[in-house]
Amino acid sequence: MKNNQNKSVTNTSPNEFILGVTTFFPLIFAVAPIGLLFGALAAQKGLSPLEVLLMGSLVFAGGSQFVALDLWSTPVLWFTIAFSTFLVNLRHVLMSASLAPKLGHWTPLQKYIGFFILADEVWALSERRAMKQRTSFSFYMGVGATLYITWQIATFTGSLVGAVMGDPSQYGLDFAFTALFICLVMNFWQGRKTGVILAASGLAAVLTNKFVPGAWYIIAGAIAGVVAASIQHEEKPKSLSKFEGAQQL
Amino acid sequence: MISEIFSVDPLVLFTIVAMALGTYLTRIAGLILTKFVVFSDRTEAALQAVPPAILMSVVAPMAFATGVAETTATAATALAALKLPMLAAMAIGIVCVVVLRTAFLAI
Repeated sequence: MKNNQNKSVTNTSPNEFILGVTTFFPLIFAVAPIGLLFGALAAQKGLSPLEVLLMGSLVFAGGSQFVALDLWSTPVLWFTIAFSTFLVNLRHVLMSASLAPKLGHWTPLQKYIGFFILADEVWALSERRAMKQRTSFSFYMGVGATLYITWQIATFTGSLVGAVMGDPSQYGLDFAFTALFICLVMNFWQGRKTGVILAASGLAAVLTNKFVPGAWYIIAGAIAGVVAASIQHEEKPKSLSKFEGAQQL
Repeated sequence: MISEIFSVDPLVLFTIVAMALGTYLTRIAGLILTKFVVFSDRTEAALQAVPPAILMSVVAPMAFATGVAETTATAATALAALKLPMLAAMAIGIVCVVVLRTAFLAI
């Protein structure tokens, strides 16, 4: 531990920032198409390019932005959308709790500014970095800034193009949400227990959606999944590395 | 055209700000929580289930209660996601749904 701290002192050079940028670089090719898709679908829902840019830069959480878009209607159900966003992003609590003790010498200001852009990919790459040495602010910002800029350019461009694309269902793009989320769900797959959690949430969501109007099916499904996880839990030694599976978007 | 690009509806802006505040709260919560509390194992396991449970809930009506084309495409996407990169798996799901919907129309 002491050794790690000593290392991190030499860690705040511009090279750390460049290293962060180059570490993220290959992921640009995965993130940009998803951003374009988000922008295009947002345009179909009637969001202006500036509104897309505002959402991307202020919220900056891809998964929850797609959920918000799925719930988007006229008039906008602001509370349902904001609450669903909050629920989808609850995982960040675990991510920041896991990463916080592994940071190098960050000032409190750096922590509270830096964690504004704690997206899944930023978290995952920072955790990976922390396996070797404490994550420096420069490295973190190199990763984070690259993702941030990529996401804004891609979603903004998508929203400009999407307005002239026409009905998304003719290209099967209304299914793109579902396909994306199924992929994300599979990232969380850790065996049979995950299967039980998913079955519980899926069933609860379908039934609630059938009988209760509005977006309550998402909350019902979330609660069912959490209860299933809680019931299945067996006491064993504590380890935060379990959350390594929570990557992508 | 320019004014359309830069138009911002007040309710949309309000919604975005509400989304942003909630999201920021979840991101800094760990910084604050780790100072004061240690998660119990069970709480941790329950919280860990939140993201997949929510993602599943969001897609479940579309995936399982819309039609045979959607349910089949969901299964295809899930299987593809085990082996292929995300974008490839998504593409398979989308192509699958388009082909099956067209096929059902033809019948």
